[in-house]
Amino acid sequence: MSDSPDVTVAPWTGPQRPYDIIKEGTIAFLVVAILTIGLALVFSSPDDPQVTVQQWSNKAPVDFAQTALTELNGTSGTAQYGAPYNTASSGQHLGPLTLAKWLGATIPVNTVRDFVLSPLESQPATPPLSTALAQWKGASASQRTTWVNAYTKASTKMTFTNGTVSVPTTAAGPVPVMINSLEQMARSGALDQALVTQNGFYTSNFTLPLLFLADGSYLGDLAQQRHLLGTQWGMMNETGNYPGQAWLWLYTFWYQVPPFSTSANADVQVWGIMMLLSLLLLLVPFIPGVRSIPRWTRVYRLIWRDHYRAQRA
Amino acid sequence: MSSTEIDRQWTTRLRHRVAHRLPPEKMLPDTQPAYVASWIYVFGVTTLSALAVVILSGFILALKGPQWWHASGIGHFVNSLHLWSVEIFFFAMVIHLWGKYFMAAWRGGRSLTWVTGVVTFLVSIATAFTGYVSQTNFDSQWISTQAKDGINSTGAGSFFNVLNFGQMLMWHIVLLPLVAVVLTGLHVLMVRAKGVVPPFEEREEAR
Repeated sequence: MSDSPDVTVAPWTGPQRPYDIIKEGTIAFLVVAILTIGLALVFSSPDDPQVTVQQWSNKAPVDFAQTALTELNGTSGTAQYGAPYNTASSGQHLGPLTLAKWLGATIPVNTVRDFVLSPLESQPATPPLSTALAQWKGASASQRTTWVNAYTKASTKMTFTNGTVSVPTTAAGPVPVMINSLEQMARSGALDQALVTQNGFYTSNFTLPLLFLADGSYLGDLAQQRHLLGTQWGMMNETGNYPGQAWLWLYTFWYQVPPFSTSANADVQVWGIMMLLSLLLLLVPFIPGVRSIPRWTRVYRLIWRDHYRAQRA
Repeated sequence: MSSTEIDRQWTTRLRHRVAHRLPPEKMLPDTQPAYVASWIYVFGVTTLSALAVVILSGFILALKGPQWWHASGIGHFVNSLHLWSVEIFFFAMVIHLWGKYFMAAWRGGRSLTWVTGVVTFLVSIATAFTGYVSQTNFDSQWISTQAKDGINSTGAGSFFNVLNFGQMLMWHIVLLPLVAVVLTGLHVLMVRAKGVVPPFEEREEAR
């Protein structure tokens, strides 16, 4: 065993003083409880209402329709995500390691099926939609791609007037009806329910609606207004002037500086750094040099100044 | 039954060991070393007190369910208590941690006390995070959709889905608090068993 002063210390044989641990604990609890009540009364807590797909499609109907199209043509963030949702990409790399890819698509999400077809099929059958879905199902993969590409090409001129999504093309087959029907479904609130009830009556899993929301611009625009973007120190903040998760400052810090601020693999790199730093913190007592800093800096003399003053006397 | 046989029982041996390492005068001391006389020592008990308020306010929120606080003034107040006690908890814990670092509080066979403290800190961060994504409001939507990328990139997203509200709520109110409370209990017992680390000795200061 090391006899370093950073590792060992002789048991204390000096003077003792009275100490009422129960009284100390009781007073501390009461003080903290009163302080908490005071802070809660004065500052309350933030509670900005949740965003629904219904709200999104009513406030930003074109953004919703454009996002629905990206789910259909496979260009959305979710469609191209990779693990754990699909195999569309290899995901982020930490050097040669592709950690997410190794574990695979364990939460499978097919954006065409889950965000467009299944919700539409859950609707009461109406002639235009039933015909469109039948046409889609009966078509070959290449025909579907041709329709979707035609719609995508014309979607730069997408408009929303009189409650209808319009795109100037006649070559998109059933796609205009499908997108427009999904828009109507979303605006009525039915899509919110359809996205969460795909696994049955009882549900507590909001993976699908949250992914859909995150693929659009509306949620991000609201977050930007509230200074919550990643470039604005992101998720350590919360709405309003509240401290949020201030303890995540170091984690969020890395995203603000190069090379992480511009890296395509920033998430896994920052996590790697934080895991390493956490391990170092854990092992401080065993790391020569790091464990000596307290003795070198002599900050402890402030903490135990009465003790050293008494020793000198 | 012979006394030797009784002495060999697991229960007897455990009782002797606990009684040896944590006698009543260490568990509930009425004196402490004279050097324990600084404001920095307040932050350990402050952390524990804040944890107690966090748990009590969490109990009340749990009684009424995760949506209650959105529609009830009392519920919102209890949520505010939960939030601010968490803020005090982390504030006190971080100061406690830095204070212990500059005391080199791992000396004298106390390294495991340091390790349990750091693990409790990390578990507490995870507990708070799962609380933030379980609020069922805009904050939880935004934080979860942002955080998923970091967690997914490590592969952990395969079994820790931050977009699954039910899973996050269970982690927040059952699994992680249980770990945090058990670790905190062990940490406190170690402090009681080993005592508060003594100051650096004069001869060492001169090195």
